[in-house]
Amino acid sequence: MASTCAQLCLRGTGPLYSKTVSSTWQYYTRVQQRIKVTRAPTKVISGSSIRGNHTTATTLTRLRWKQQICFYSDSAAKYLTTEAKEGTNTQELSRTNVGAHKTSLLPTRDAALTTENNHISLDLDPVAQPSALEEISDEEAISISVPSAIPPVSTTLRDYVDKSETLSKLVQLGVNLWKLEQRPNVGSMLLRLNFNTDVAPRLLFLKDIGVEDSRFGYIISHNPFILTESLENLQARVNYLKSKNFSSETVASMVSRAPYLLNFSVKRLDNRLGFYQQQLNLSANNTRNIVARLPRLLCGSLEPVKENLKVCEIELGFKRNEIQHIVLAVPKLLTANKRKLTEIFDFIHNTMKVPHHLITKFPQVLNSKHLRLRERHLFLEYLGKAQYDPTLPNYITLDRLVSLPDETFCTELALATLEDFYLFQKTL
Amino acid sequence: MATPAIRMFRKLEGLFCVYKPAGVHWKLVRDSIETNLLKGLNAAPSPPLPHHVRLLTQPNNESETSKGLTVSTVSVPVLSKHPLVTGPEFQHIRVGVGHRLDAFSSGVLVLAVGNGNKALNDFYSTRVTRDYTLEAEFGTATDNFTHTGRVVERSTYDHITQDKLERVLSMLEGVNQKTLLTYSNIDMRSQEAYEMAVQGLLGPEGKSTPILTGLRCIRFQPPNFTLELQCLNETQKYLCKIVHEIGLELRSTAVCKGVRRTRDGLFTLQDALIHHHWTAADVMQAIQLYHSTKKNKKRSKAANKTSALQTSEDNITETQQSEVNEGRFAE
Repeated sequence: MASTCAQLCLRGTGPLYSKTVSSTWQYYTRVQQRIKVTRAPTKVISGSSIRGNHTTATTLTRLRWKQQICFYSDSAAKYLTTEAKEGTNTQELSRTNVGAHKTSLLPTRDAALTTENNHISLDLDPVAQPSALEEISDEEAISISVPSAIPPVSTTLRDYVDKSETLSKLVQLGVNLWKLEQRPNVGSMLLRLNFNTDVAPRLLFLKDIGVEDSRFGYIISHNPFILTESLENLQARVNYLKSKNFSSETVASMVSRAPYLLNFSVKRLDNRLGFYQQQLNLSANNTRNIVARLPRLLCGSLEPVKENLKVCEIELGFKRNEIQHIVLAVPKLLTANKRKLTEIFDFIHNTMKVPHHLITKFPQVLNSKHLRLRERHLFLEYLGKAQYDPTLPNYITLDRLVSLPDETFCTELALATLEDFYLFQKTL
Repeated sequence: MATPAIRMFRKLEGLFCVYKPAGVHWKLVRDSIETNLLKGLNAAPSPPLPHHVRLLTQPNNESETSKGLTVSTVSVPVLSKHPLVTGPEFQHIRVGVGHRLDAFSSGVLVLAVGNGNKALNDFYSTRVTRDYTLEAEFGTATDNFTHTGRVVERSTYDHITQDKLERVLSMLEGVNQKTLLTYSNIDMRSQEAYEMAVQGLLGPEGKSTPILTGLRCIRFQPPNFTLELQCLNETQKYLCKIVHEIGLELRSTAVCKGVRRTRDGLFTLQDALIHHHWTAADVMQAIQLYHSTKKNKKRSKAANKTSALQTSEDNITETQQSEVNEGRFAE
């Protein structure tokens, strides 16, 4: 055992540390880890030694104890040598390990774990820094660069808002940063932007085409990528829309209502416009009309629109010219939910017994909510006033049935009080 | 240091009930209530932004005064606390749902907000009965026992009279009474069982098969009829099945056209909010009402106890008097 210890001590006499504080700290932590590793086997040994003391044959146990210690130190030495071979800076490693080894051997002798007392004394070089009490001049004070408190990595933009000019200006514009930071990659994209070179020109461009200032927050909250689009592209798209005889006011209102509009290429926009014109057999003027009223049509996918048109034609049984009329009146139907559309049509046509031509006349009905329509119809039916045939007296137009608010519906159509209507709803 | 939104939320915690329309899933009801409450809570005014002082050096002065740099102090709002940056104060609220109602049925649905979820558990750990109204029709049988299902069988119903229907209903009630006794874990021959039965406290503890405690026909216009029933541990599917079985028992068939819950424990139709009133303000009002009724109940209970003591004393004196009277009569 002594020989192995001596070996270890020999190996331990390495050169003194000549590294900076940080590196010594690193090694110190490594030493601590080592101690943790070696603690477990020493416990085992001390436990066995206690058990040995209780037995009567002391000599035998002593022998066993010695054997164990020898075995342990041998194994530790083996462990150390393998470690040393692996490590690049072998000497430091072995030195720290010796320290750990010593601490681990001590408790086995007096059967008590006192590792805290065994500090590894490392001589540290003094760091070349001026004293904190020294006086410095104002210029020096200014020249001291204070590292910014911005965290290098963060999950939220909250840490950067007060430091970044772009972000604070965006907040003042009314951009919902909380919504944006939930999208992947948008947060870092916004942080990289420079307000004066990236953001300001695009905002000025939007202002030039007539978008109101109050809409900037809405547009950027929904489409932050407009800030990375090149100005030429934006200009080209606006020019394209203007070349298709959209007036500048229309373009401005379209851009402010459909923020993604200007992020799509001219080819794609042209494609969309052509699709609506051909599918619905619309004149150029009417196409412009529906697109100006619902600019979202140019942004979304065309598949659901095609599907809705097929549903209207095949499932609901409208004629082509009827569909054209309905879409011109309510373009929103093109992007409506297919299931809801059939549900409400089923109710109007099969329960309320309203024929197709009347529905075509009041297409707003298809845009209303099923629940609202159902409770109103049932209330009128309960009162005996559900009469939707224009040729008979007491005719109730579908338009008024759907669009009137509850109070006027009760007073004008149902001739009942609002409380009665609400009570009736509890009986459905 | 509670913000107005938190103070408002404290007022919102509790139980209330809504009227679920037919054809809407209960999850949708819960979600729309939650979004409406969130909208109301986040509309509450947010506290003003805190200010912090920043030192700004002025670059144009630098060349002139090499020694003394002018540093101006500016107080700027801390933007990291701005609602646009932090997001709304409340992002989700715990809204719990009481005994479920399936999409087909309508009626009173109990909901709990925040701490009310605990009260909701306590509420259902007591044995609560629920009232239902079933609209039914003779003549057809469908695969899911409701009128929306695929028709499996058609039959005649001319032979059914109200008398026959009532007989079947009373038989069903009797069968259910028996199951009620089997599920109450008490020896039927004990004095304890007798006393509980006298007070009407017998019943299942926790889970059991659905049990109808009351059943009667309130409208009989063949082929349509309406049933009113009270039950424990039921599902709406089971109630539709009851209608189907009544039809079979009458040598005909019947389907359920509507299930409507009119009471759930102490929540009745009067308190239920219809879907126009699913806003934070209305919900808050309903919850305040619930709390106030709870307080009143406690108070009235306490009052009842004292009055009961008094009446028992009165009874004693009365009985003594009657004894005296009897004594006189005997004379």
